[in-house]
Parts: sequence; structure tokens; C-alpha cells
Amino acid sequence: MSTTTELAGLSWHPVSDFEALTEFPFMVQALQAGTIVAVMAGTIGWFMVLRRQVFAGHTLSVIAFPGAAGATLAGLPLALGYFGACGVGALVLSRVSRSEESGLSSESAAIGTVGAFGLGLGFLFVSLYGGQLTSLESLLFGTFLGITAAQVQTLLWIGLAALAILALIGRPLLFASVDGAVARAAGVPAEALALAFLLLLGLAVAATAEITGALLVFALLVTPAATAQQVTARPGPGLALSVALALAVTWLGLGIAYFSPYPVGFWVTSLSFGLYLVVRLLLIALARLHHSQPLGAPA
Amino acid sequence: MQAPLVEPVEPIEQPAAEEAISLHGATARRGGRPIWSGVDLSVGQGEFVAVLGPNGSGKSTLVYVLLGLLPLSEGRATVLGRPPGAAKSQIGYLPQRRSFDSGTRIRGADLVRLGLDGTRWGFPLPAALSATGRAARRRVQETIELVGAGSCAWRPIGALSGGEQQRLLIAQALVRRPRMLLLDEPLDSLDLSNQGAVAALVQRICESEGVTVLLVAHDVNPILPYLDRVIYFAGGRGVEGTPRQVIDGPTLSGLYGVPVEVLETSDGRLVVVGTPEPPAHHHSRHEHDH
Repeated sequence: MSTTTELAGLSWHPVSDFEALTEFPFMVQALQAGTIVAVMAGTIGWFMVLRRQVFAGHTLSVIAFPGAAGATLAGLPLALGYFGACGVGALVLSRVSRSEESGLSSESAAIGTVGAFGLGLGFLFVSLYGGQLTSLESLLFGTFLGITAAQVQTLLWIGLAALAILALIGRPLLFASVDGAVARAAGVPAEALALAFLLLLGLAVAATAEITGALLVFALLVTPAATAQQVTARPGPGLALSVALALAVTWLGLGIAYFSPYPVGFWVTSLSFGLYLVVRLLLIALARLHHSQPLGAPA
Repeated sequence: MQAPLVEPVEPIEQPAAEEAISLHGATARRGGRPIWSGVDLSVGQGEFVAVLGPNGSGKSTLVYVLLGLLPLSEGRATVLGRPPGAAKSQIGYLPQRRSFDSGTRIRGADLVRLGLDGTRWGFPLPAALSATGRAARRRVQETIELVGAGSCAWRPIGALSGGEQQRLLIAQALVRRPRMLLLDEPLDSLDLSNQGAVAALVQRICESEGVTVLLVAHDVNPILPYLDRVIYFAGGRGVEGTPRQVIDGPTLSGLYGVPVEVLETSDGRLVVVGTPEPPAHHHSRHEHDH
């Protein structure tokens, strides 16, 4: 990749640019993995934002880091570290947040404590490994362009399984998420669903972290979902929009990064942040317009 | 039972009597402490009943007992002719609330729909593809019109007023065509005129749909004109009767154990004077604090 000129090799001709983009297998695999991860993050992230578990999601992504660092240290596959740590993390979080009576503030404090310990542990593993900064960087900020075909395969199965489970539990989960007391009284197993969702969230975080690194997970998990929920309060279209935005951000980010000297993580986060900002400003402008009309109209 | 030949009656489980709720010598305990004891109640089907009493007197406890969430420690109870909990699917429940803040990004209509089939597993097919989806959509629409929330149901619930939210929550409790509604303080967060409007709505539903309604309330006055019966809890006991029978000096004096007077204003409002702070209330506060 050229570092001297920006967007080197971009001909601004869609067909030849697409051919250039998919010329190398690593790029094709990055696009495939990005697509799977975007669909997972878009759907599971939508539920996470709706359930107001963004902080739990953040903590899981922080926990993913010691998992990956530990796996590297022990010579195990990186994916095992990510998924193992996020799975254990989800179980821990479900224990912490189980007692609803203890209140939200103590829950978030407990979650924060777990997260901080996780980061410290990860730092220890990295320094034990020899303090190689390149591996630290890729654990934190992702290895989008180092995805293997085998990794894509694994991701595909995990993504399909996660989506199938979500499709199965989606409706009662939505009920329990927006209206817990009534859902419980109607017989929805809200506690079991909360645990199942945290495990799904762990899967999504681990899968996303493998690509974007532990720190940039939120670009795909939160921002597209939050943007979609700003636009529509309808569950079906909201989910679809969340996935569409996650896909757009991933594809554009990968595409731009290929032709530019700056890393994928930067582009993906910047694009999703920009999208969120534009949508918010548009909605504010629309609301202003809506409010000023009746005032200006003759009584 | 002899069914007429022209119209065969399906063998559904019919309650023995026309009683929707009955309690005999019932005692309920929470955390070992008796909330009320020796309570006898009988509510007929299709009646609109208010549950009244001071804080901590056990109004919500009655709702939990009827839902089967809290077993009686003594006595027995039947709900729609069956033990509490067995008739759960025929009860629409509106818990003590619970209002939705402005950040809740879900429409009122979606919430009503969840009341209809939110407990079912799997993903709902779009209405365009399935007949059950279309039927569900019609039922949701119909219920929303019934509670008079047609104009606001398609906006995010967090953006609606307390009265609009409460109408939609009642629609959610009604959408499965329950035979009984248990509404725990649905009027709590509403202003006086809205309290009256929602009570009028509940009475209309009670009559048109033949639903038995038990409504827990703080203040009887906004709903007094609509009620059939009143259940009053105080001093660890409960009495039941018509509003005039129960909200009456001698009856309430007997419940509270101290002389209580009921005054009637010129516009028909009832004012209860002389009720003591229930000692049980302070106890329960302490227990919660520790």
C-alpha cells in the first residue's frame, strides 16, 4: 500500500476500482468477514441499545482484550481467546446485573470494576508476552486486513447461529426489554432471556473485536443501532436500518482504507460517527421545522 | 347442564358461580409479616371494583395474590372459578408504574402488539405475508380505537403524555380479550381530569366487553361515579361492599380501630377525616431500609 499519495490507485471508475479492491484474497476475506460482523453487530447492537446495556457491551469489549492477549501468550488461537473471554464475561455480568433491586448505579459500578480489572489483566498478558507493541495495537485496534479464509468460515457459522437464536427469542426479548414487569407477568422468562442476550452480546462483541479490535467494537455495535433508533421507533425497519448502516460503514471503511494510507479502524469509526452526527442534526432540523410551522401559520 | 339443541355449548370450564373473585378467611404474608388477615371478598363478573386504603395496607398484595404470584398463608381464593395463577391467561395485568421516559424508542402500537403475542417465540412474519399477522394487526388497531388512542398510538411511547401512555397500557392489557383486568394504580401519575376520563373509559370497557375490573387507587373521588364496588384495606383487614357501604364512618372506624368520620361535600365528594398513620407502614419502611 502506498503511503506517499492519498488514495493511491483509485481511478474513480467504479468497475475497475471494485476489481482492484477484490484483486487480493486478503481484501475479499476482509470484506466477507466485515459483512458477517456488520450483520451481527447491527442486529444485536439494536437490542443492546434498546435494553440500555451499552455499558455492558463496552465492558465485554474491554474483557475481550485480556482474552485475546491471554490466548496469544498461551499460544492458543486468537478467536478462542476472544470468544472465551466474552462468554465468561457475559456470565459474570449476568450475575452482577441479576438483582434488579440493587439499582442501576450499583450495577454499573460493579460492571465498571470488572471492566477495569479486565484491562489490567490484558496489559499484564501483553507485557508478559514481551511487550510487542504491534500485537498490542492489533488487539486494541483490529486486524481487518489479516483475516484468513478459515476465520471467515468460523465467523459465518457463529454469525448464523447467533442470528438464528436471536430470531427465535427476538419477540419475547423485545417484550422483556421494553416492558419487563408486564412481560414477566405474562410468563416471559425474562431472567433467562437476559442471560441469553448477554451471551449473544458476548458473541457479537468477540466476533467484532476480532476484526475491529477491542476498542473499536462500538463503531459497529452501538453507532449504527443508535442512529437507526433515532430515525425510527418501529422494530422491524429499525433493525433493517441498523444492519444497513453497519454494512455501509464497514464496506465504505474497508474500501477507503484500501486506497488510503490511514487504517481501517479509523475510517470505520469516523464514518459511523459522521453518520450519527448527520442524522442527529437532520432530525433536530426537522423537529425545528415541524415546531415552527404551527407558530408561523395563521391561527 | 342442559344445553339448547340449536346452539350447542362448547364444554368450556365454567366457574361454579358468577363469581369472578372470591376470598375466604384469607391471610397474606410478605416476609413473614401478615399484611392482612381474615379477609372475605366476593366480586361478581363484569363488576368494576376499586381497591382502596392507605399506603402499605396491602392493595398491591391483593393483586399479587390474584395473579398467583403470592400464595395465601391461610384461607382460600378463587379467580374466575379457578385457583389463583391457573387463570393467568385470562387476566390482563397493568403493574404499578412505570411510565416510559422520552428515550423509549418504541411505538405505542408496538407495545399493544407485544401484549397480544409478545410471549411467543420466533419472529413474526410481516402482515403482508401471513393471515395471522393481518388478524393480529386488526386486533391491535381495534383495541387502540377502543381506548381512544387512535391518534397517538403510532408515535414513540416516550413522547406521549401520561394519560395517552395509560390508555395504551390499558389497550395492551385488553388486547388478548381477557375476562379480568387487574390495574395497579393506573391513575397515579394523571391529573384529575385525566383520572376521571380513564375511569370512565374503564367503566365503558367493563360494560361493553363484560370484563371484571379491579382497579387499585389512591383517591376514590375521581372514580366514585363509575364504581360498582369498593374493597378497602386498613389496619391489617379488608372490607368489601358498595362505595356508600364501605366509605362510611362506622365501617372505616371499625377498620382503623379509631373513630373516623366521612364527610360528603355538596358536589358528592367523600372526605375521610381522622385516619391515623398506620403503624405497620413505618415498620415496612424500616424493613426495606435494612
